[in-house]
Amino acid sequence: MRPITMEEVELRRQEILDTIKDPTASHEQKVTYLARHAENFMTVLDEPAELDELMRCEQEVRCICNLFEGDAPYRPRYITPDYPKFLRQGSRFLQLDPPKDLFEVFNSLMILYHNVPSITNYPVFIGDLDQLLEPYCEGLDDETIKKALRLFLIQVDRTILDSFCHANIGPRASRVGLLLMQVESELENAVPNLTMRVAEDTPDDFLLAGIDCALHSAKPSFANDAMFRAELGDRYCIASCYNGLIKGGGSYTLCRLLLSGIAKRAANIADFKEKQLPFVMDVMARYMDARIKFLVEESGWFENSFLAKEGLVDRKNFTAMFGLVGLAECVNLLMEKEGKNCRFGHSEEADRLGVEIMDLIDAFNKAHVNPYCEVTDGHFLLHAQVGIDSDHGTSPGTRIPIGEEPDELIDHLKNISLFHKYFPSGTGDIFPVDLTVHRNPHYILDIIRGAMKMDIRYLSFYSSDSDVIRVTGYLVKRSEMEKLDSGENVRQNTTGLGLGAAKNCKILDRRVR
Amino acid sequence: MSIRAPVNRIVPFSAVDGPGNRTAVFLQGCPFNCLYCHNPETIHPCDNCGACLSACPTGAIRREGAVVRYDRSLCIMCDACIRACPKSSCPRLRWLSGEETMEEIRRNMPFIRGVTVSGGECTQHRDYLLELAALAHREGLSLLLDSNGSHDFAQDPALTAAIDGVMLDVKAWDGAEHLRLCGQPNDVVLKNLRFLAESGKLAEVRTVVVPEEMNAAQTVTMVSRSLKALGAADVPYKIIRFRPMGVRPAYKHFRSPTGAELDALEALARSEGMERIIQI
Repeated sequence: MRPITMEEVELRRQEILDTIKDPTASHEQKVTYLARHAENFMTVLDEPAELDELMRCEQEVRCICNLFEGDAPYRPRYITPDYPKFLRQGSRFLQLDPPKDLFEVFNSLMILYHNVPSITNYPVFIGDLDQLLEPYCEGLDDETIKKALRLFLIQVDRTILDSFCHANIGPRASRVGLLLMQVESELENAVPNLTMRVAEDTPDDFLLAGIDCALHSAKPSFANDAMFRAELGDRYCIASCYNGLIKGGGSYTLCRLLLSGIAKRAANIADFKEKQLPFVMDVMARYMDARIKFLVEESGWFENSFLAKEGLVDRKNFTAMFGLVGLAECVNLLMEKEGKNCRFGHSEEADRLGVEIMDLIDAFNKAHVNPYCEVTDGHFLLHAQVGIDSDHGTSPGTRIPIGEEPDELIDHLKNISLFHKYFPSGTGDIFPVDLTVHRNPHYILDIIRGAMKMDIRYLSFYSSDSDVIRVTGYLVKRSEMEKLDSGENVRQNTTGLGLGAAKNCKILDRRVR
Repeated sequence: MSIRAPVNRIVPFSAVDGPGNRTAVFLQGCPFNCLYCHNPETIHPCDNCGACLSACPTGAIRREGAVVRYDRSLCIMCDACIRACPKSSCPRLRWLSGEETMEEIRRNMPFIRGVTVSGGECTQHRDYLLELAALAHREGLSLLLDSNGSHDFAQDPALTAAIDGVMLDVKAWDGAEHLRLCGQPNDVVLKNLRFLAESGKLAEVRTVVVPEEMNAAQTVTMVSRSLKALGAADVPYKIIRFRPMGVRPAYKHFRSPTGAELDALEALARSEGMERIIQI
């Protein structure tokens, strides 16, 4: 462990005091932040020497970001437990027998959720709820199931205090899936996030129920089942914002390339491609390797957590996410440096450069091997990160910047279809739609079906006048953001992130379709 | 030799021109002249008078001999030409064949389920429609017409067979009222309502509601009653609120109906047995 200076200690002490006094943070939030401050006193990672200049520097020139993952990882970033196994076997650690009916299932799940950590300390995946619950609903009438679901979902919303918590349904239609969407559209809660997997044989009626629910509560989002299944196999799930991971595992870490920062270092396109990008990618990959090595070999999490001991996760099902943001700004800046006036999302030449950059990142990732990512052939998975509230002038992943969306949705979708294929661990685009679409939900159905044929991975829609809206990947209530903005504290961490994104990233100004 | 039609505009994705997502093709020219028309620049064909030439700020409109030419690549869609036109027309036309139109439509696949040809009044270009319908079907796309009902479909079995359906405007049930509102009688419109319903080609009926200018209750009641009698109560009936957007200055003061007025009309249609009523 490297020593740290007294100046650094004093700096950290001031940060801790600021957290303690923060009028807008709830008690739960303060505890989380205080734990992070403590973790960041540590210097245990075998970091690449070049990391400081690329990550611990002014935001303007930053090229790598670890998304506030602490400096001594003591649990994986994302954990996606094997919930069916939990229901089959109960838990010795939690002193729970296998549940016998729907009410016992909900009770057991709520207890387990409380004990599934993640980077946020809340579970980021709460199960394939339709498949999990269906066997326990036989013989129960719809009203009873809905009442139980309603209580369960309210409890999830009020006790899992951020909306990176994600449930999955589909691709098969089911009674529980339909009832769950009915309840969600009535509740209009931000938590949990919800994804419907959509396959070619997902019935139109089920998909339409999803669209109706999305126009009320901004969820579910729609995932291309065939694509995820081809890349990650049948055990994939969607966690956190829109992250494709393997069930019974998760992701050790997620770091991201700040592509616009890397473009600033480059003299021109050739310099970017040949020198700057490869240099930064190499540093980030080695940094991720160091994080994973400490987590797996030294933290003891995989030996001691009951989740691992009871087989609800297996270390061998974990991988890591190699993220990126700001492709649009990167391409625009490089084009500017070449004296060319063409912009990402509006010119074939700019889009082509975007594809070339993605091909380089993809090739780098496929050549880099980490011994603990066996489940994904020894490689990390690329991830189009959705951005954070403090990002200025950087668009999420490969998205076209808000305010520059093409006039016609078809041109927007054509751009999207170039990039979604690179990101098995998640990417997505978001479309607010006008109220008149309420009268024609088949309009959205046609777009989703078309998207699935065009290798578009993940789409979200919300009604332009809805209270629940999708910020970048997660959901917030506008009414809660207004409360926070007026200085009240609010329950969910993500409300603060949403408010920052509304102010810094113009998320309320997306082009309405 | 392909037949060309004057295309005013192609909207790649439309949620409001029929079921699902459709490409909407707007043709120029309409035999009706409805007071409340919300795209009056599509009523009259351009007669090359040139009044718009000096209004265009980008030089997208030029005279070539006797003809006014339009260059789409220079156009910024500012509508200055439309405002300058003394005849409710528009010089922004492209004369496209069915195949040329289809080329643009293909860009929107596989996100659309069909094509809707609107206007203006599309049936004035029936030969073009025949070709476009055949091409659309070859791509697995349906083809619907959005029509004011002035073309007698019973007398045109080839067109009726070629298309998947008509979304028919019934602007007024009463003949005199129709004449006053639209400048033309409605005998053929009502004949089409029956004929298309009987032949299973009535995709949708629409009535725009302008409270003081028409007896909307009568129109909604009688349209619903006749469709019910024809066994077509499941045809969607769109009851559309008049909005002043795009309407000529002389008629902009017409009042939009209230929600309660539309609810009352919906209730009337329902009481006559209509099953799918949509307020827009």
